[in-house]
Amino acid sequence: MNVLLDNLDIFVTGFRNTLIMFFASGLIALVLGTIVGSFRVSPVAPMRALGTIYVNLVRNTPLTLIFFFFVFGYPKLGLPRADYIVLAIIALSLYTATYVAEALRSGINTVPLGQAEAARAIGLTFGQSMTLVVLPQAFRAIIPPLMNVFIALLKNTTIAAGFSVLDAGAIRAYLSERGEPQLVVLLWVAVIFIALAALLSWAQRALEKKWRLAR
Amino acid sequence: MSSVLFDTPGPRARRRQVVIGAITVVVVAVILGFIVYRFAVTGQFSAQKWSIFGYALVWNDILAALARTLAAFAVGGVLAIVLGFVLAMGRLSDHAAVRVPVMLITELFRAIPLLILMMLFYYGLPTIGIRLTPFIAVVAGLTLYNGAVFAEIFRAGVESLPKGQREAGMAIGLRKGQLMRMILLPQAVRAMLPIIVAQLVVVLKDTALGFIVTYQELLYLAKFYGTQLQYGSPIIPSAIVMGSIYIALCLVLAGFAKLLEVRLRGGGRKGGRKGGDGDDGLAGFPTGTSVMRLANPDAGGTGAGGI
Repeated sequence: MNVLLDNLDIFVTGFRNTLIMFFASGLIALVLGTIVGSFRVSPVAPMRALGTIYVNLVRNTPLTLIFFFFVFGYPKLGLPRADYIVLAIIALSLYTATYVAEALRSGINTVPLGQAEAARAIGLTFGQSMTLVVLPQAFRAIIPPLMNVFIALLKNTTIAAGFSVLDAGAIRAYLSERGEPQLVVLLWVAVIFIALAALLSWAQRALEKKWRLAR
Repeated sequence: MSSVLFDTPGPRARRRQVVIGAITVVVVAVILGFIVYRFAVTGQFSAQKWSIFGYALVWNDILAALARTLAAFAVGGVLAIVLGFVLAMGRLSDHAAVRVPVMLITELFRAIPLLILMMLFYYGLPTIGIRLTPFIAVVAGLTLYNGAVFAEIFRAGVESLPKGQREAGMAIGLRKGQLMRMILLPQAVRAMLPIIVAQLVVVLKDTALGFIVTYQELLYLAKFYGTQLQYGSPIIPSAIVMGSIYIALCLVLAGFAKLLEVRLRGGGRKGGRKGGDGDDGLAGFPTGTSVMRLANPDAGGTGAGGI
């Protein structure tokens, strides 16, 4: 307990940055993932191809490698300087978006045929039938897989610690300089992560219950 | 091209689609072009930065690093599957005294970030006098985390089997162990094979985390070459080289998973093995709400939990 209380400043900073990355990347990934997911079912062939290539390529790339490109590679390109945490958020968003897109695509598959057919029968365009009819139902169906994606995102934020961001994964390195026993520090970090993951699982069950489809 | 979501396009829709398609291509080309342009302007394609990859010795090192990546993947993958089997059997046990602790362990290892697990082994254990090599730390982390995920996959596989299989086994007088070994597991593993291989892709990707706990795999080497001043710090060229190796490996494995999925789905239809529950969507992502529960444990088709 002392290890936690004596170094509360580092723990708070670390987990604050973790949460900032989590919420920022989660939001961007949700938006980007929805766009990419729609691309993948789009009637326009180049869009479908783009979505497929993006998802397959990024999903088969280690997240560490994406971080590597953004954190070590980007500053070499002579573009406007960016904070490490911003680069980390971009890397996490691009990676997580592919999983959101895949979850969404399988969610679209669960929407009964009749729904999309009815939407077309009353003359809605592709964009309208997606945003008004299909996606609202698909989102409800994919709450469990989507929350799993976000739990994974929360855990993935720790990788930023290897790339100069003071997040939860970097707490160990800072506290080892203060001479704290690293095992205890890491166990505390693990405990907090377990609590956060439990919180997300609880949110998942609550949302599932609230938005259950009567079918 | 027609699908659920849109009609076969008429002449006007086709024209519109061509225009939108062209815009898409142009936008992508502009973005890619800009990246390549920045690479060129900042000299990422210069001979000096790439010359380091002209040496046989460098390639020997790269092969050695690749071997270390694959070693961590192979050992971690096999141990994780073994652990997954053990944990799955525990979770399916009839005795609450076995089931509950195993369930807690499984949930525990799934909730802790893999990197923190690896750090616990590599930086944490020396506190109590146990010193591990980076290799063992990486493999231990991969085994525990993915073992928990595999356990969920196997369990979901066994539970997705029609109830009649278990009942028929019991009716002909098999004991619990025999039932599991001879009836349930072979079918569960077969049904879950694509997801198992997809999870192995995750194991392979996660070996890259070893970079952060100083395991000398491909990315570690990329960082090392990237800081060689006499070659102009070729961090982007070395990331491109090592990244291509990683992505190629993952794509091959993922392609194998896809192949299995397609072949098994074909076979499954004929035998009516899965009782028609959700074979029409993505494999492992059963459609319909009644089986959503199965998709839930991570495995959920897209391997969401292992991201």
